[in-house]
Amino acid sequence: MPSLEIEALLDEEIIVINIGLPMFARNLDELGIKVIEVDWSPPASGDSELAHLLSRLGT
Amino acid sequence: MSATILNEVRPGFYLDSVALMRVSRSLADLEGVDEAALMMGTPANKQILADANILAIEGEEAGTGDLVIAVRAESPNRAQFALIEARRLLQQPSASGRGGATWRPRSLRSALELAPAANLALISVPGDFAAAEARKALRRGLHVMIFSDNVSLEEEISLKEEALERGRLVMGPDCGTAILGGVPLAFANRVPRGDIGVIGASGTGIQEVSSLIARAGKGISHAIGVGGRDLSNQVGAISTLMALDALDQDPTTRHVVLISKPVSTAPLKKVLKRIGRSGKTFSICLLGAERCDLPANATQSRTLKMVAQVALGTTNKDEFDTQRVARPIPSGRNRVRGLFSGGSLCAEAQIVFKEAGEVVASNAPINGVALVGQTSEGHIMIDLGDDQYTRGRPHPIIDPSVRDIALVDALSDTRVGAILVDVVIGYGAHEDPAGHLVSTLNQRSHQSPLVIASVTGTDDDPQVRKDQVATLESAGILVAPSNADAAALAIACLCGEA
Amino acid sequence: MDLIEKANDEGLRRMLAADPVLVDVVPAAKAIAALDDKRILLHAGPPIDWERMCGPMRGAVAGAAVFEGWVASLGDAEELAASGNMVLHPNHHFDAVGPMTGITTASMPVMVVENRAFGNCAYCTINEGLGKVMRFGGNDAEVIKRLRWLRDVLGPVMGVALRDTGGIALKGLVARGLAMGDEMHQRNVACSGLLLRALAPSLARTAADTSALAEVLAFIGGNDQFFLNIAMAMGKAMMDPVRNIDGCTVVTAMSRNGTDFGIRVSASGDDWFTAPVEMPQGLYFPGFSEADANPDMGDSTIVETIGLGGFAMGAAPAVAGFVGAGAASEAAGYTKMMAEITLRQNPEWTIPAMDYIGVPTGIDIRLVVDTGIAPTINTGIAHKEPGIGQVGAGIVRAPMKCFEDAVRAFAKSIGVA
Repeated sequence: MPSLEIEALLDEEIIVINIGLPMFARNLDELGIKVIEVDWSPPASGDSELAHLLSRLGT
Repeated sequence: MSATILNEVRPGFYLDSVALMRVSRSLADLEGVDEAALMMGTPANKQILADANILAIEGEEAGTGDLVIAVRAESPNRAQFALIEARRLLQQPSASGRGGATWRPRSLRSALELAPAANLALISVPGDFAAAEARKALRRGLHVMIFSDNVSLEEEISLKEEALERGRLVMGPDCGTAILGGVPLAFANRVPRGDIGVIGASGTGIQEVSSLIARAGKGISHAIGVGGRDLSNQVGAISTLMALDALDQDPTTRHVVLISKPVSTAPLKKVLKRIGRSGKTFSICLLGAERCDLPANATQSRTLKMVAQVALGTTNKDEFDTQRVARPIPSGRNRVRGLFSGGSLCAEAQIVFKEAGEVVASNAPINGVALVGQTSEGHIMIDLGDDQYTRGRPHPIIDPSVRDIALVDALSDTRVGAILVDVVIGYGAHEDPAGHLVSTLNQRSHQSPLVIASVTGTDDDPQVRKDQVATLESAGILVAPSNADAAALAIACLCGEA
Repeated sequence: MDLIEKANDEGLRRMLAADPVLVDVVPAAKAIAALDDKRILLHAGPPIDWERMCGPMRGAVAGAAVFEGWVASLGDAEELAASGNMVLHPNHHFDAVGPMTGITTASMPVMVVENRAFGNCAYCTINEGLGKVMRFGGNDAEVIKRLRWLRDVLGPVMGVALRDTGGIALKGLVARGLAMGDEMHQRNVACSGLLLRALAPSLARTAADTSALAEVLAFIGGNDQFFLNIAMAMGKAMMDPVRNIDGCTVVTAMSRNGTDFGIRVSASGDDWFTAPVEMPQGLYFPGFSEADANPDMGDSTIVETIGLGGFAMGAAPAVAGFVGAGAASEAAGYTKMMAEITLRQNPEWTIPAMDYIGVPTGIDIRLVVDTGIAPTINTGIAHKEPGIGQVGAGIVRAPMKCFEDAVRAFAKSIGVA
């Protein structure tokens, strides 16, 4: 049941994977919230046609 | 010039060949050294040394278990120096070890291996890539908060439909603020836990309302951002309805505030119907919308300030007295320029001005307000956080310098009598937006426009709201207790023209 | 995508179920029927013709032709090749691999690794040792003399001994080597030692005369890289059964010929996706520098294809020192980075210093392109002039273009636009 999953999000400990601005991860980390920071770079080195193909191939 | 070849042998001294090659490189780089090598005394290595013309008799006689240090330099002096340097390098533990430099995963996939219990992906990559990352996260069972804007409507619909099937919440795109279980995500303020829930299609709307509630001594259970387009016909309120279900079931939530800009009829009807089925009370603010038919458990307010008051159960307590604070604008001027980092704060200001009968234009106009550029009349309210300004640039809440050019422009516009600004603090915001604003405005003179501000945030925020207020006031900026009050103050100043 | 996931699961299953055993040494023509009574030379890397071949490979081709007695001199060999009358094929097309120039001809002894889980075999010539060797384009009298000794003495002696052992199982041996600081591309000293231990009793028992035995023991014992060629044949034997699985995006081979880098992907069978090789970044022996380096070359990247070499760098920290001012502690970072582009850890090949993480196994072309991380390869660096030999060692990356082309081709093949 969909809403149960979202209630779980509100009830349980939030554990975050941060993809993007490192500042958001830092702020959470300073508050003692569990956060993993992803060192992200654009897929297919920025080639959007290739990135689109990849997203259809289920990475 | 005859070169000097020197060899030194360390019996029984073993070091890995790569480590030796690195030391060799350092020696060869020394001034006056033509060639240098450290190698174990195997026949093959001795041949290499001989071929490089750096093998001397001592090296020739070395055994396979011995280390040969071989140098060819332009003088005996330089050769000796190189040998001394070799001894020093061999004594040192390995150079330049950053030692266990923290490993950061390069993908969501490997991040999940480090934290398999992760339940939320917070995505703030450039808009072109945000949807793909969000999809990956949903498929791995995570809820998603998409801070990124410039995500296409088609992608938003596709993501939210998939999220619906999977029972996961997508907050966003363009979701600047959320507070889940007391955890502030992206831009958010430090507010106490309490029994008022917030659902917002706007980040700064959530920030303003939650801050006003906090400053009145109450608290927030959860603040769920749904993104600016969730309540459109195309998206159909998918995330809003999920958020309503969740807060309806949440035992810590007694009352829910719903904030948005005006929305299409169909999604609004769905939302109001869902609200009507709840046993909890709701206060709604659709900035700039007409009055709608509400279920019995809901009320509608025109501004963020008023919806917060309804949630708090207060009415007109400690009402801000604009007349007491107002100052006359410089003579011969009659325009207000509003420069906002928060879209909802810009909208709220437009509402206050419109209701006071003022003519307003904006780059993000509410109903009944002209698009800027279509008319040269009236006051201008600019949302600097709008997509057109943020493509490839940081958000003005993160980087207040985005507003600087517009401020300088307004200061020099002889029709502008007052500048209206929001100062948004909290997590994710600049460390001292008030200080930055004051320094940008320091070329003001008596002839310059008045500057009127509000500070969205709390004293518990890293920037400490009362310190920010003090900074602004000591620079002669008029500070109102809320964004709506600041707009009202600007109008009061207009009327008292010198 | 369900099809791809299932196909990749099957690919990994086959990789991990492999049982590679070193069983024999035989003349190449006996192992590879196509070489029998034909003047064919096999080389490292994807297909390439004489015109585009780099210096060392040309030198090796010429030397091999002289060694086989097809021509009287190196000059005659070059003329033959230049006139288009030399038949050249990749090792990979004939169940074989070879390091650096990788030249394989009929009478050269090849080691035979049998993958007993699937019944296929793979072959690799015997490692000649360091210095002036055919692997680096050497082709003078000394090189030819050594090749004759390998053909007439070491090959047969080792073959008889191996048959006597009943075969030496390699997975466990490699696992031990990993725990001893080997990564099986640049570091093979532990595995070479373990192999000699395993082989020594049979060598002693079956050797016809003690002076030949002494030569063989000295040769194997004196070559820290002896096991490399066995690891390569093992890699080929492990990956060949993974070819031709519909929908499988796992890389089944990576290889270079000094000019082109080529990869093969399971779903696209024997197709090569090629791009110009990159220059290794590394450290050089005294007297040499980057200006002397030959571009990347050899079939030895089959070792990275099975999760060893650059992928297992965390097991061989010293090797990390090749990259600029890289510290040994950064070696683990390379292994973690390779985990970003592979599907699984190999539970049988673990790295103690990294809390027994399994080596990253099953390179997925989608992950390579998505993350922008290309496979990291530990490699020796040859002199660009033939016959001089190794001038250094370092790290090189597989070119991203190979993987991008492979992804496009794969998408097309399954009807994804």
